[in-house]
Amino acid sequence: MIANAYELVVYILSAIGIYDPINGFFQNYGMEYLLRIIIIVVEIVVLLVFVLLTVMFLSWLERKMFAWVQSRYGPMITGPHGLFQPIADGIKLVGKEDIIPAGADRWIFTLAPFIIFVPALLVFIPLPFGDSLIISDLRIGLLYIIAISALSPVSILLAGWASNNKYSLMGAMRAVAQDISYTIPLALAAIAVVLYVGSLSTVDIVRAQEGTWFDIIPRWFIFVQPLAFILFLIASIAEMGRIPFDFQESEQELVAGFYTEYSGMKFAMYFLGEYAHMFAVSGVIVTVFLGGWTGPVLPFIPVQITSLVYFIIKTYAVIFFAMWLRDTVPRMRIDQLLNLGWKIMIPLALLNLLVTSFLLTAGVV
Amino acid sequence: METDELLLNMGPVHPATHGVLRFKLRMDGEIIRDCEIVMGYLHRGTEKLGEMKTYLQFIPYTDRLDYLSAMPNNYAYVKAVEELADIEVPLRAEYIRVLTLELNRIINHLVFMGSLILDLGANTAIMWGFREREKALQLYEMLCGARMTFSYMRIGGVREDLPEGFIPKLNDFIKDMEKRIVDYEQLINGNEIFLLRMKNIGVINADEAINYGMTGPSLRGSGVNYDIRKLEPYSIYPDIDFKACVRKECDSYARYLVRMDEMKESLHILRQVADTMPAGDIITTQKYGIAPMTGAPSAVMTYFPRIFTPPVGEVYTRTEAPKGELGFYVVSDGTTKPYRVKIRSPSFCNLVALPKMIVGLKIPDLIAAFGTIDIVLGDVDR
Repeated sequence: MIANAYELVVYILSAIGIYDPINGFFQNYGMEYLLRIIIIVVEIVVLLVFVLLTVMFLSWLERKMFAWVQSRYGPMITGPHGLFQPIADGIKLVGKEDIIPAGADRWIFTLAPFIIFVPALLVFIPLPFGDSLIISDLRIGLLYIIAISALSPVSILLAGWASNNKYSLMGAMRAVAQDISYTIPLALAAIAVVLYVGSLSTVDIVRAQEGTWFDIIPRWFIFVQPLAFILFLIASIAEMGRIPFDFQESEQELVAGFYTEYSGMKFAMYFLGEYAHMFAVSGVIVTVFLGGWTGPVLPFIPVQITSLVYFIIKTYAVIFFAMWLRDTVPRMRIDQLLNLGWKIMIPLALLNLLVTSFLLTAGVV
Repeated sequence: METDELLLNMGPVHPATHGVLRFKLRMDGEIIRDCEIVMGYLHRGTEKLGEMKTYLQFIPYTDRLDYLSAMPNNYAYVKAVEELADIEVPLRAEYIRVLTLELNRIINHLVFMGSLILDLGANTAIMWGFREREKALQLYEMLCGARMTFSYMRIGGVREDLPEGFIPKLNDFIKDMEKRIVDYEQLINGNEIFLLRMKNIGVINADEAINYGMTGPSLRGSGVNYDIRKLEPYSIYPDIDFKACVRKECDSYARYLVRMDEMKESLHILRQVADTMPAGDIITTQKYGIAPMTGAPSAVMTYFPRIFTPPVGEVYTRTEAPKGELGFYVVSDGTTKPYRVKIRSPSFCNLVALPKMIVGLKIPDLIAAFGTIDIVLGDVDR
């Protein structure tokens, strides 16, 4: 049984017969840990490259989908169907002047964009991309994900405060208010699933969803916990900070919200962070409710590859939904989201939790 | 905890102010305690220019007032001058005029719809609106060569006759538009978030609306049946079957619905006009002032002099422009130029009622209510 990506790398190296010589080489110098570190660094670099490429692709996909909904073409000039548009954008943004406003707090202003990007990447650590394709199967995986994602408003608050701009500050205040009101239903909805599985580990959650009922319906938690899924989905879209819940930016009201004053690469960090976050959150939804990497096992193809493909397909389905939503619906008002969060979603999540725990205790499911 | 009021200058450059307009907001957190509208950033002295130009020369300036609906501006001005000089307009010219006016009403409301929904954060409707607007603009292009600043009306008639194939194209447009309006309503009207943002927001009751001098669809959204096409019928409107669209809810949603209904009514009018277009002159043949040019290239030049002097007098005419009551007050002192041109623009009068609607609400409500009164800054500042 291969538990995570490290073991997978070791397994592959052993299979082609070069692990033992390399390990022996390091053992001669008493530095087995160095090999461990190298493998882990390689894993992380692969993950980073994968995430960044995905983020670039997502920004292209977003524009394209937006254009299709609006009966336009979208980017067409750079590369086939404008596929290299994100690269052109990146080059443009690198070339832009990096402005720090005169009244801004220079240190915090510079630091904030990095703080938003780091949590968006850290979420990927316990996220299983496929069978054994996971950096580290933490025993507190889901708790870790929820806690780390809740960090991004800190960066937004720092950015809004440091910019010394009224719009930025209002955007930041909104982000914090929003964060509190959606994180609680998000966590409560997830707890219902955790009760069911009996583990916080993301791998255990996915394993619990393997198999089918009557050979047709997959044992995904979306069918076991539909209410929790809806609550989790709404809260996740709020967490992504996208329409209809993009209060921290809300262009028509607050110009650009918390990143009004940002330009050049710092702006790009927020931009990348937003898409990385979107990818991560979609991955979490897939892991918790849509069966993660599970899917029909195909002959001759290693399960690692098929599971990765299933995971990517499901994640893009969720991303598609989020983008579709953005293209179609207007923005809510901040107080309406707070009402939704506190008065509707939290009571519903608690009710769901109560029913689930009752059923579990009674041994019905 | 002690908190301060926040003074927020929204604008003059802001994504949702539809141009250069500034709101001075006193904010208590997100709640608007006071709103002062600062305008004049786009003041171009159009009224004063009216005194410097001959009667005919002023027509292009009217295009630039409400640049989204230039045709009604043209019309309101030439109508004032025609009343001043007592000029008869041929029937065909009147039909063509009403056709262009109603087409412009549709264009205006399409842009209104798109920009309102965009202000609420949904991005698709504006592109859909602009897609149909493009078709209407192509009709205008066919008619007079211009897409925004038409200068198509002439004193005593219109500049060009309908080109060949115009009516069939117009009929295609009407047919297409009828389907599209259903699309818009499916996209927008039933959307829960849209209703949350629009219903009971920006409420202004009938009395207040009248006191603030609101007109047009914004007033009719407050339940006042006030449509100048019905009250003081002009041109061929008395012969045409249409109804003034009124809603009683007084809120942003009512103002939005009134405009969507008006688009349907305008299509209805267009269909009638296209079906019953009479033959005849497109500009008055009445001899006026100095002798007209002989051998001039177009009918307009043949019949109507470029420089003419109406009798001494003054006139105020009002018309139902897409945004509300558009009035021109023109004073003649018997020379070739007006003594005074005063423009009563609908955007200006509707805009001043905004603080009444939104004090006590939040910034997103300001944006939503502001979108539904449908202003153009060129029309506000003149």
